[in-house]
Formats: sequence, C-alpha cells, structure tokens
Amino acid sequence: MTEERLTTGCLSKKTKYILSAASIIAVLVLVWVLEQNIPPTSQWSMLFTVIKKGAIYSLVVVSMNLLNGFTGLFSLGQAGFMLIGAYAYAIFAIPVEAKESVYQYYEPLIGFSVPEILSNAMGGAGTFGGTMGEYLGVIILMIFAGLITAGIAFLIGLPVLRLKSDYLAIASLGFAEIIRTIFQWDGLGAVTNGSNLLRKFPTFSSSLFPLIVSGLCIAFIVMLINSSYGRAFKAIRDDEIAAEAMGVNLFKHKQLSFVISSFFTGIGGAMLAMFQATVNATPFTSNMTYELLLIVVIGGIGSVTGSVLGSFLFIACSEWWLRFLDEGKFLGMEADFMRPGFRKVVFALIIICIVLFYSKGIMGTREFSWDGLISFFRKLPSRLLNFFKRLPGRIVNFFKGLPGRISGKVKKLSRNTKNSKNNHTKNTDNVKEAR
Amino acid sequence: MSKENVLRVSDITMQFGGVVAVDDLSLEVNKGEIIGLIGPNGAGKTTAFNVITGVYAPTNGAVALNGEVIVENHPQGKMKNLYKGKNDGKYTDVKVLTPDKITKLGVARTFQNIRLFKGMSVFENVLVAMHMNLDSGLFGATFRSGKAKHEEEAMREEALRLLAMFDLEKNKDDLATSLPYGKQRHLEIARALATKPKLLLLDEPAAGMNPQESAELMRLVEKIRDEFDLSVLMIEHHMQVVMGICERIYVLDYGALIAQGNPEEIQNNPRVIEAYLGVDE
Amino acid sequence: MELLLKWLPYILAGISVGGQYALIAIGYTMVYGILRLINFAHGDMFMIAGLMAVYLATALPLYITLPMVLVLTVILGCTIEVVAYRPLRTAPRMSIMISAIGVSYFLQNLALYATGGLAQTYPKIEWLARTVNVFGASTKMVTLVTPVLVIVLVVALVMLIKHTKIGMAMRAVSRDFETSQLMGIDINRVITVTFVIGSFLAAIGSILYFTNYTGIMPTSGGMPGLKAFVAAVFGGIGSIPGAVIGAFVIGICENLIKGANMTTFSDAFTFVLLIIILMVKPTGLFGEKNIDKV
Repeated sequence: MTEERLTTGCLSKKTKYILSAASIIAVLVLVWVLEQNIPPTSQWSMLFTVIKKGAIYSLVVVSMNLLNGFTGLFSLGQAGFMLIGAYAYAIFAIPVEAKESVYQYYEPLIGFSVPEILSNAMGGAGTFGGTMGEYLGVIILMIFAGLITAGIAFLIGLPVLRLKSDYLAIASLGFAEIIRTIFQWDGLGAVTNGSNLLRKFPTFSSSLFPLIVSGLCIAFIVMLINSSYGRAFKAIRDDEIAAEAMGVNLFKHKQLSFVISSFFTGIGGAMLAMFQATVNATPFTSNMTYELLLIVVIGGIGSVTGSVLGSFLFIACSEWWLRFLDEGKFLGMEADFMRPGFRKVVFALIIICIVLFYSKGIMGTREFSWDGLISFFRKLPSRLLNFFKRLPGRIVNFFKGLPGRISGKVKKLSRNTKNSKNNHTKNTDNVKEAR
Repeated sequence: MSKENVLRVSDITMQFGGVVAVDDLSLEVNKGEIIGLIGPNGAGKTTAFNVITGVYAPTNGAVALNGEVIVENHPQGKMKNLYKGKNDGKYTDVKVLTPDKITKLGVARTFQNIRLFKGMSVFENVLVAMHMNLDSGLFGATFRSGKAKHEEEAMREEALRLLAMFDLEKNKDDLATSLPYGKQRHLEIARALATKPKLLLLDEPAAGMNPQESAELMRLVEKIRDEFDLSVLMIEHHMQVVMGICERIYVLDYGALIAQGNPEEIQNNPRVIEAYLGVDE
Repeated sequence: MELLLKWLPYILAGISVGGQYALIAIGYTMVYGILRLINFAHGDMFMIAGLMAVYLATALPLYITLPMVLVLTVILGCTIEVVAYRPLRTAPRMSIMISAIGVSYFLQNLALYATGGLAQTYPKIEWLARTVNVFGASTKMVTLVTPVLVIVLVVALVMLIKHTKIGMAMRAVSRDFETSQLMGIDINRVITVTFVIGSFLAAIGSILYFTNYTGIMPTSGGMPGLKAFVAAVFGGIGSIPGAVIGAFVIGICENLIKGANMTTFSDAFTFVLLIIILMVKPTGLFGEKNIDKV
C-alpha cells in the first residue's frame, strides 16, 4: 500500500522501473501492430472498441474513485461533469464549414473552431504542419474541457461539499440533472444546439490516443494519491473529525479532490465525445453515474488498479463477451429467453452478487505492484483450489438458509401482536382498547 | 504568578438546546504545566475539550491561546431566550476558528474513543498530522519537485523519530487499527505530537490500561512535556495518574467547576468527594 | 377569474401528480427514517408495479389485476429488502446505498429486457380515466380521486404509527436503532413492515400515476422516484406529513412551471428546490437536527 512496502519485496527498484517501462511500451506496440493487421470487418475488431471505451471509462472511473474511494465523498455528479466536458470539446471543435449543417435550427454563436484555427496557422489542411496544428488544437481543447468542468465543479462544490454523506450524494445527483436540462434548453441552442446532436468535430481513429491520454491522466492521479495531499484525502475518508483535529482543512481538501476529479472527468467526457463522434445530452443521466459507481465497486473502492481493471472488464463484458446472451441461442439450441436485453439482466445480477458477496471488489484497496503480481501467481494454484473447494458449500448454505429465513419472516408477520407484556406504556393500552 | 500563560478559558458555557453541558468554566494552563481535568462521567470534560479545539462553538465565553483569542461567542438567535448560564452580555465578539486552524496555532488533541485513520498505516497516520505544515503546493507534491522531495524526506524522518519514541517503529507499516489497544493510544499521542503543538490535550490517555501501563504512561507524558517543551491538559479517570503527575487539577461536576487546586487540596476537598461518591441522605 | 381559469388545469394536475409523488415519497421517508438508507430502487419498483399491471391485464380482468399488482409489489419490495439490504445490515452505509443502486440497475435492465425498450400502454381503468368537469376545466377522474385517497391513506398510516404496537416499535427504531434492538424490538420485523407499507403505497401511486401518464418505459421510475425523494428531503426526511406536503409543493410548482411554458425546466426545478432546501435548512421542514458525537 505504501511505497515502503514495495521496497521490501524481492525486486530492486530499478528492475521495477525497467519492467514497468518495458510493459507499457510493449502494450502500446502490441495495440499498434494489432490495429495494422486486424481488418475492421473481423469480429476481433471489437477488441478496439473495448480498448477505446475501456480507456476512457478507466479515466472517468479512476476520477470517481479519487472522490468516493480516496476522499470518502459520495458524489453522484459524474455524468453531469462528463457532459460538460463532452460539450465543451464539441462546441469549440466543429469546423466552421460544418457548423451550418450541424446547427440546423439555430444561428451558431461560436463562429470558430480551435483545431481549425491552429491547423490553418501552421500550414493549412493537408500539410504536415496543418495536421500537427489540428492535433495541438484537439489537445488544447481537451484541457480546456477539463478546466471548464473543473471550474463549474468548483462553483457546485461551494455549497454541496458542506453537506454530509447521503445529502451530498443526492445534491450532486440533482446538479447533474440540472446541468443536463440546461444543455438541452432551447434558449442556449445557439451554443449547445438544444436537444439536437453535435457532430462533425475531429475524432480519433487509433486506440493509442485514448490509451495514452488516459494513461497520463491516471498516472497524475496516482502520483497525487501517493503524495502528502493524497494522505490528507485518505484521512478525511477515514475520519473527518480526526483529520480536522490534525490540521487538515476539510473544505479546502474536499474542494481540491472534487475539482481535480472533475477536471479529469471532463477530459474523459471530451474523449467520449470523440469516441462516439456525436454528442447529445440525453444519455448522460443518473443511470450513467450509477454504472460508473458500480464499476468502482467491482474494481474495489479505493484502488486505482481495480478501477482500471474493472473498467476494461465491464466494457469487455457489456460490449463483447456477453453478446452471445442476446443472440437467441443457448449451447447451440434455440432459446427464446435469450433475446436482446438478456445480457444486461445477467450482467446486473452479476453486479449485485459482487456487491453482496465480494464487497471489496477485485482489488479491495490494494494496488498493483510487481512483487504483488509475482506472489499472486505463486499462490494462485493453492488459492484456486481452496476457492472451488469452498464454493459448493457456500452456495448450498446460502440456499439452505434462504427458505428458513423467508418462512421465519412470514411467520413473524402473521403472528398476532399479543405479547405486549414488556410494554406498559400508554400507547399499548390504547391498542388493547382498540381491540 | 510569573509563569507564562498558554491557555486561558474564560466563562465558557456550552448549552445544547436546554441542556447545559458546560457551565461557566474558567481555567488556565501555564507553560510547561501538566494540568488535570477530572469529574464524574457526563460532567462535561470532553465537551470542554471540544470547545477548546473548535469542534463546538460555545454558547458564551472565550478561549485564548498565548493571549490571542481563538474562540469567542455569546448567545444569539433562539439561544438568547433559552440561555441559562451566567456572564450574559460580557462577551460581544463572535469568533470561532475551525479545528484545523486551532491545531495550526498549536493545540493538538487525542480522542476518548480512539479515532485513528483506519485505512492507513501507522506511519501514514503520523505523516497526515504533518501535512498542514507542508510548504509545497499540490503540483510540487504530486510531481515530486526538488523542494517537495526534500520536505517529504524530512517529514518521514521526523515521523520515524516520533514512532521510535513510542516504540512503534516495528509496526510502522501495519494498519493502524491492527495495533493492540494500548499501542493505539500511544499512536494517537504520537500523531498529535506530529502537529508540533504548544498545548497537548489528552482525553483519557490511560483508559483501559493496567497500573503498570499507567505508570509508564505517566513517565511518558512527563518526558513529552520536557522534550517537546509543551503544556499538557488531560482528562483522566485514573486517580493514580492524575494525582501522580498533575501540578494542578480542575474538577467538573454537572458542567460546573466545583474545585481547583493541587492534588493534595483536591483529595481533601469535601465537594469533590461528594461529587464522586454522592452523599448519604 | 380569467387568470384562475387559465391556471386551474395546471393546479389540478399539480395536486394530482403531487399526491402520486406523496405516495412514493412516504416509502422513501419511512425507509430512510429507519435504515438511514436512500432506497434508490424505490422509484424502479414503482415502474415495475406499472409494468406488472400491463402484463397481468392482458390475461386477467382489471378487478383481479389491480389487487394482484398490490400484492406482487409488496412481495417484490420485501424480497429486495431480504436479498439486497438485510445481508448488509452491519456494513458501512455506503455499501447499502451501492447495493440499492445495484438493485435499481437490475430492475431497469429487467424492464428493458421484458419490454424490449418499447413504451407499454397502461390498461385503461374506466372509472379513473373518465373525464369530469371542475369549474369548467375538464380533467380525469383520477385528478379528484388522488388527493382524497392520499389523505385517507396518510391519516390511516399516521394512526397506525401513533397507536399500534408495531407503529411504536417503528418510532423507537427510527429514534435509535441499536438501543431499540437491545430493548427487545424485533428489528427485522419492523423493517419488513416498513417495506410492506412503502411498497403498497408505491403500487397505489403507480396505478394513479400511470392512469394519467399512460406510457411506461424502463426509465419511467427514475424521475418520479427522484422527485419523491426530493419531496421527502423537503419535508424533513423521516417525517411522513413532511413528505406529503413536500410532494404536493413539488407537484403543483412543477405544473405551474409547465403552465408558464417552461416545460424544459419543470424537472430541473425540483433539484433547484432540493439544493436550496439543503443549503438553507438541511433538516427540511419537519426534520430533526442530529448533533455529531465526538
């Protein structure tokens, strides 16, 4: 958990750095090679959807974990912040020529496009400089999207962060809904295009882009968590009163965590806009936030590694691996119940089981480390064996207990309220009279 | 009375609705003193601590640290009519610093029901308390700039020194809550010291300890006072501890001060005996 | 007079929908009062109750369908409690809240699967859907029935809580969970009864609500659910009269906003109200203040 623990492992610090760098480069090269060789028609091209969306979700989920898992702020405004990021990017990125066809019912207010301006300034479309200019514009806009989101989060945080746990949850949820309404409002149509789609802005085609951007952002968050500020966040999570007594300024640090988390959520939103190639406020509902929260739980509340693993797993399952559940066939046979939507039901059930039985998620509060990985693989065989030995017993116990528990309840419910021996207050007397 | 004053609590009344938890309490702590605050359960001792550290705003009265007022309040709003305490009208200012500001000014505390950071290691628990003195900003600390790196190293060294003092070095990477009870109390003191306080408030540091452990604790508190050059105000039920190390003792009963003086005077004070043992009717 | 005639339909609609929110809000406020849990799945249960009526009505006559909807919703509510909340009774509050969100996610996906994402039309209950004239404004019968029914049910509920033994137990548990357990109150029974009442009222609410707004989508429960929750917070969470008053305020204001041609903001208004109340008086109209113990 701490750096100290890492150094006591069997690998030297230098080896670990080399290993880390090598594996990052290896992954990037592998993705690049695969992209060159897998045609978009192959069913394996699904892999790239998973990588792109998984990387974007990773960033958003890690940001959410920074708030919920590391600072203990149960905030449910994530979808709203993604929405701001997505719109902030899209609005300023649509090329001037395309504006008219996008804003069909409104006179567009923003008459320029940042990537276009930079592209023209550095040599114009088609030239090398122009392409670089466009990239630069996109990057600048993404940072801008993050900053706008962070700014709005700062304002929302002023009132909201003074609230306690569940009130904070519901207030942040409320703000997210308000944001959604504002972006769909006709009156702002000249900027947001009302409830219509925004499209035709620059997007990315290679999976490397979201991988690298998310990777850098997550690296920043990890370094933050490991710094003195991260410790202060965790102190607030564990015990607000003690943290304050130790000189941690609660509001300042909550606000910091909230703003930083929103900054990266905004960048994630901008990337999601690019991934989808269109933006509309409709899907950014509280359900989207719930989904993100569930990924945080699957990965482990308080584990960055868990959030990343959880995101990729979640996206892979929902977009790819569990697709077969929707295809109307079960073990080769026709199965009526496996029609579209069944996948999501199964999926939701799996999630509830994780919440109930493995509330620590995949990683708990642990993080990835090379030593941990090595010892994990050393212990794996015996652990697996143990798990499968115990599994039948656990399941049997659960179902054995269930009828008893339910029938017990039914009995108690139907039982009359006779035995009022222990209560001699006025109210019970009333009951007796009433009878 | 040439001693330098550190803490001066004047006419503090803390009223929750109609309940008066602390009633017109005044006390003083001078430099280098170890002062006891005793009284039966529910006498308002911890509430007094909470007022001094800024957790609660008092209903009336003021608290000054090294002559500077850190807390002052008078009955306002609904409280104006409800107020049952004394010295109404003596205080006119309203100043309630948040606990973190008061800690920064040099008051550190421990908690009656241990409040360690559960998800963090022993080492991290102490490091958190040093965070407020950090100079480097968010980006410096995140990107480990030269200055931040230097600061972090200094913090770690200092934390290790503190842990060593309390014999917690070996446990430094353990989860704080995995420590045995007595060590958790020690860790709370170590954590409080990490804020570099001038005044240390200990809330029942010897609770749950056997006589031998209590005796060790007494030596430890004296050692801390000397080594860190601070004053101590402690709530304690173990009379052996209180009588053993406190220079002066304040006795609270039903929120009000019923006696003060040196251990001998307190032991022979009939009102104190009455408060603790009750009177035959 | 003319002004009144213009606004009367909106006020009537507001009272009607307010009453329906009230029935949902009671479920939120009671569960929160006892378990300190925002039951995020409550709104989805309301939606499922609507879908049950749709599917049952295809095979059964209405006079069997409606009682069955009530019974099935109550069973569903208690099942959710036993399966998803009870095992987490000693877990941190955040875990139970997450579990509630998980159940909500599940119910919505289940509904999506069952309906294939298509809006279902609620069976027409002739008597409730009949058009009536009130001072020249024509409206559905349900508009008049709702407030009356709400008042009757709330009075019955308040009597139950004030004057029966189980009601007393509920009050004790909401005051202090642990102590009442030590005093020999069967916590699980109290919680089950709470869920029975909450689900029952939500089912009645769904019958009234969907008679008015006949299209049911898997997401139909979300908005009314959130609004009912806001109503509960507005009234002071844990207080039943508070929740009812809050629900009527929200229902009426929302429809007045619609009347002022600002339909886009009718949903956002609820949340603005929520944020204002949380800033100004976090405990709501009738809520009690809790002091943190240190």
